[in-house]
Amino acid sequence: MTDIAAGEGAQSDGRQASLRRFALSDAAFRNTTRAAALLVLLSLAGVAVSLVNGSLLAFSTFGFEFLVSESWNPVKEKFGALAPIYGTVATSLIAMLIAVPVGVGIAIFLTELCPRPLRRPIGIAVELLAGIPSIIYGIWGLFVFAPFLQRTLQPFLISTFSHVPGLSSLFAGPPYGIGILTAGLILAIMVLPFITSICRDVFASVPPVLKESAYGLGLTTWEVTSRVVLPYTRVAVVGAVMLALGRALGETMAVTFVIGNAHRITASILAPGTTISAAIANEFTEATGDLYTSSLIALGLVLFVITFIVLAIARLMLARLRTKAGR
Amino acid sequence: MTSLIRPAALAAAVAASIALAGVPAVAADISGAGATFPYPIYAKWADTYKKETGIGLNYQSIGSGGGIKQINARTVTFGASDKPLSGDDLSANHLVQFPTVMGGIVPVVNIAGVEPGKLVLDGETLARIFMGEIKTWDDAAIAKLNPDVKLPGDAIAVVHRSDGSGTTYNFTYYLGEVSAEWKDKVGVEASVEWPVGIGAKGNEGVAANVGQTANSIGYVEYAYALQNNMTHAEMINKDGKRVAPKSEAFAAAAEGADWSSQPGFGVILANQPGVGTWPMTAATFILIHSDPDNGADAAEALKFFDWAYAKGDEAALELHYIPMPDAVVAKVKDAWNQVQAGGKPVYTPTN
Repeated sequence: MTDIAAGEGAQSDGRQASLRRFALSDAAFRNTTRAAALLVLLSLAGVAVSLVNGSLLAFSTFGFEFLVSESWNPVKEKFGALAPIYGTVATSLIAMLIAVPVGVGIAIFLTELCPRPLRRPIGIAVELLAGIPSIIYGIWGLFVFAPFLQRTLQPFLISTFSHVPGLSSLFAGPPYGIGILTAGLILAIMVLPFITSICRDVFASVPPVLKESAYGLGLTTWEVTSRVVLPYTRVAVVGAVMLALGRALGETMAVTFVIGNAHRITASILAPGTTISAAIANEFTEATGDLYTSSLIALGLVLFVITFIVLAIARLMLARLRTKAGR
Repeated sequence: MTSLIRPAALAAAVAASIALAGVPAVAADISGAGATFPYPIYAKWADTYKKETGIGLNYQSIGSGGGIKQINARTVTFGASDKPLSGDDLSANHLVQFPTVMGGIVPVVNIAGVEPGKLVLDGETLARIFMGEIKTWDDAAIAKLNPDVKLPGDAIAVVHRSDGSGTTYNFTYYLGEVSAEWKDKVGVEASVEWPVGIGAKGNEGVAANVGQTANSIGYVEYAYALQNNMTHAEMINKDGKRVAPKSEAFAAAAEGADWSSQPGFGVILANQPGVGTWPMTAATFILIHSDPDNGADAAEALKFFDWAYAKGDEAALELHYIPMPDAVVAKVKDAWNQVQAGGKPVYTPTN
């Protein structure tokens, strides 16, 4: 600012030089940021190309069978991705079922109901959860959480639902402690901070005048939250949920420790299973045959596609919400 | 304030880590990669060797499969594998293979009231448990072998390795030897399609899972069973004798074996004959190119293993590995003549 102010009074070539300098720095700035953005596209394209390239052998050998076969047999070199796909979807689903209501609930409590002295401690505690490395979650899950579930929750679920048709096979024993459910619960804890911190920030961004006028009309806290705060912020809330889902789908270390790593699909969510990322992490180092390696890379490609589909659905939902809100 | 402090602290940390990483680049280190099972003893040998000679060993314990890949890609001087390569693989990739140490694989159990060494199993029963055919601990087949042990009627929780591993290869090889059904249905490989059970990563993962899952059974390297104070089971060996997993029992397996029967000493020590032989014994192998890109590097690597054969036995026993018998070592040293550069062996052993 001072440069320009000084330039106005001075001779015109000094002014020209300043302007040239500004144009130059502007161009430099534009090009650096553009390069940074292009770098993302480039690395994404690079990943996609190498995944497709690496998985060609698996897909040409097994074809569509790869996606619908449950068999994963390194001895006979017969590989199918269905069990890891199922495990990935099932654990993420359990995680979201728990983390979304709890995470949004914490955010609502923190912004609308929480007594001021408690607000910071709870907020910081939730953010600290996000800072814990996933290997710590895995070790804690294996040594503390799984034995706890084996003694308490799992026997309770098995005995409670043993005579309920449908649910009895969903909660069939024996209680191992580790399994699909345990992995889902750990994932729920891991993605909770993502949902809570984003939701808290966007809830806090709702203009006070909206909330105050709603309260003024005699609405209860529940009504203000469900009819004013949530509709105002739903786009960001959906974004938070999708971010959390993305993390849950790809989480590797913590899941590997507690899921049981069995390439099987079982009706019971207490049984061991596996996820795509856990299977890759477990088996990649020792995968000797070309077909084995290629099948693991193909698993990676499948996860890539699943994540892409999830993002696409999220975009679609957001677009729908916008048109609805426009009406 | 914090935003100012953080970058400074980060920069300091980065600088410190760079400084630390920069220190040990003194002499050309020997580089190797592969099996995780012998990593503790290679690390121990490397430590002592460095003190004596000033030459270090950079060993990446990334798994046997990774070791084979890296030696074939010639990114390391030697590879290490728990699973011996076939003669065809060795000659196709110009590799020389030799064993360094041996170890034992032990079934471990967690049954309330059963103490270490009290339970005994035979190969057939072990195979049927891992196939899911024997489902409870009070099954007639187990009860028949253990008339004096009180076994619960609970379901058996099978724990196996989830990662590909030489331990699994040797374990499944043994089960395949004693059970035709196992060989046919499951097969012998570093990772197999397990009919039942929970998968756990690494020996430590299996040890942890067996340790805390009631009524479970798993298999780990002997050293892990000892370190974790696990309840091991004893085995009935090929001669029909009951044996405990001990160093002498592993060594007995090595003595009975015919090491020159396979190219590259690639004998699997599973189910060897002998009264005191532990049935699940395994050697671990080194792979080195017979036509190394850099003859001096290959010579340094062989010199290291020559030293290890001569002076490393005590360290190996301390870590519960079994040193190779002297007769085998002599033959290994003869085989080193195949590692040549410019038509001459790169290294001539001292004796």
